[in-house]
Amino acid sequence: MGGKFETRWGKIVFYVLIILFVLMTISPLLWMAKMALVSQAELDAYPPTILPRSLDLTSFKTIFGDDRFRAGLINSVVIAGATTVICLSVGSIAAYALARLKFGLRGPVLSLILAVAFFPAVAIIAPLFLQFSNWGLVNTYQSMIIPDVLFALPLTVYLLVAYFRELPLDIEEAAKVDGAGPMQTFFRVTLPLSIPGVVTTGLLCFIFAATEFLFANTFAFDSTTQPVTVIIPQFATQYRTDYGAQAAASMVVTIPLTLLVLAFQRRIVSGLTAGAVK
Amino acid sequence: MAESARVGTGARPSGGFVLGPLRTLKNEFTDKERRLAYILVTPALVIILAIALFPLLYAIWLSFQEIIINQSSSFVGLQNYAEMLQDPEFHSALRNTTVFTVLSVSLELVVGMAVALALSRVFKGRGIARATALAPWAFPPAIAAVMWRLMFQDQVGGGIVAYLIKSSGIYTHPILGNDAALIGAAVLVDVWKTTPFMALLLLAGLQVIPQDVYEASKVDGASSWQQFWKVTLPLVKPAMLVALLFRTLDAWRVYDLLWVMGNRQLNSLSVYVYNGVKISQLNFSLGNAAAVFVFLSSIAIAFVFIKVLGTRAVE
Repeated sequence: MGGKFETRWGKIVFYVLIILFVLMTISPLLWMAKMALVSQAELDAYPPTILPRSLDLTSFKTIFGDDRFRAGLINSVVIAGATTVICLSVGSIAAYALARLKFGLRGPVLSLILAVAFFPAVAIIAPLFLQFSNWGLVNTYQSMIIPDVLFALPLTVYLLVAYFRELPLDIEEAAKVDGAGPMQTFFRVTLPLSIPGVVTTGLLCFIFAATEFLFANTFAFDSTTQPVTVIIPQFATQYRTDYGAQAAASMVVTIPLTLLVLAFQRRIVSGLTAGAVK
Repeated sequence: MAESARVGTGARPSGGFVLGPLRTLKNEFTDKERRLAYILVTPALVIILAIALFPLLYAIWLSFQEIIINQSSSFVGLQNYAEMLQDPEFHSALRNTTVFTVLSVSLELVVGMAVALALSRVFKGRGIARATALAPWAFPPAIAAVMWRLMFQDQVGGGIVAYLIKSSGIYTHPILGNDAALIGAAVLVDVWKTTPFMALLLLAGLQVIPQDVYEASKVDGASSWQQFWKVTLPLVKPAMLVALLFRTLDAWRVYDLLWVMGNRQLNSLSVYVYNGVKISQLNFSLGNAAAVFVFLSSIAIAFVFIKVLGTRAVE
């Protein structure tokens, strides 16, 4: 593989397939944009018009005029933001120990943390529901942040260990020679040098928590705490046939995520695939 | 869990800790650097113990109890499991989850491999192709389901996919009105959302295969087809197994996609647990028994992958 194309036809077929793949990937997004931006009359027309014939921003006005939707956006950012901060704090120090310090239980500890990635979230919703009810935590941000931190932790530690290990050892050793202890080395040298890695990890943490649905749907009861992932599916009942509003709402969530991923694409790919090939 | 842990890391316990137990143990906590290491990993371990292990044990204990929320509970042995196994709802949940998992994971593997092979070539626009591929992966599954539900609507302007399927004559009934068609639709959405990610994992595996292996097989007169089966596939197998295991366990616990696509009516194992725990409190114990079932079956799946398909999954 990786070589030149044997024939001209091979090259043409290859490009057709690649273009088809890219189109398949992005066409649902383009279609939602079209649905969100055309008039109600065009949305009702059957068979569907392939290219838009009207421009109408009513759908966006509808959803941004909806208190529940606006609250949902804020709730999502708060939950995902808090999850990211906690995960990075806990994860970065653990990752530093696992990447750079020598201790007997290093292997088992790393295995245990990574094993959480395979743990089915649904297995613990019943006991968590009972516990959260007893502690009065049901329908609070904490009831979602707590389990989100657990499930974002393996990814955080896995990525940060990989980033810390990539740093050249001699810089850290130079700090040691200058009399810095391990903690000073971590905060003054390792962490500042791995800012790109930490940012990518934080971004993935944020995406993970912002896309979470099971805990949010179980522990959040109303729009004071429900994130947008829970609010938007309810639009199918609330706005019934206002398909434009539903499309506009999904646009508002997916476009920022798409832009983030495109901006950090290279780093995300190299981070996520680092372990798969080792 | 210990088995699946090994898949993730390939890390092995340090031999020193096992060999000279006493001396090493003392050393573990007197040595400054080692002590610091333990302090640094403690918060992460506390989170795992408190939010994963303790609730898991609690769930197992609860599964042997008859629970009425905010009231009494009494030990009933395996009765919850027996009731669960006779519940027609559980049967449909198990069936739907199995069909969804097998179809979506195998399609994702085949299509993902084709895409990975294509992306491993050097061509103009490769960067763009790779970047767009990743976008659907970052979408919340619940929102992806909302988007596709709109496109699967029958007889309205937005329902483009339903329109295309209908005019091609593949399936002429309303898709959202039939469980089997809905699962097919959900598989399609999952393939759309996850294949690119699968492809990127496989691509990473492909890229570490040294070029001279291909050159050598070419000199030996191997065709492209033989090259794929005899050279590429065996060498990419470790990366493939990790991706497969990950995807299978992910599909096995599917919740949001089926719940939203089916407008709350389509059953899966996770939906069954959710319905028991959140919706009908009378079925709390059954839902919890199903939760333990999901956990145990996930371990069984991981075990099969590791034992049957090769232990060198990660090394």
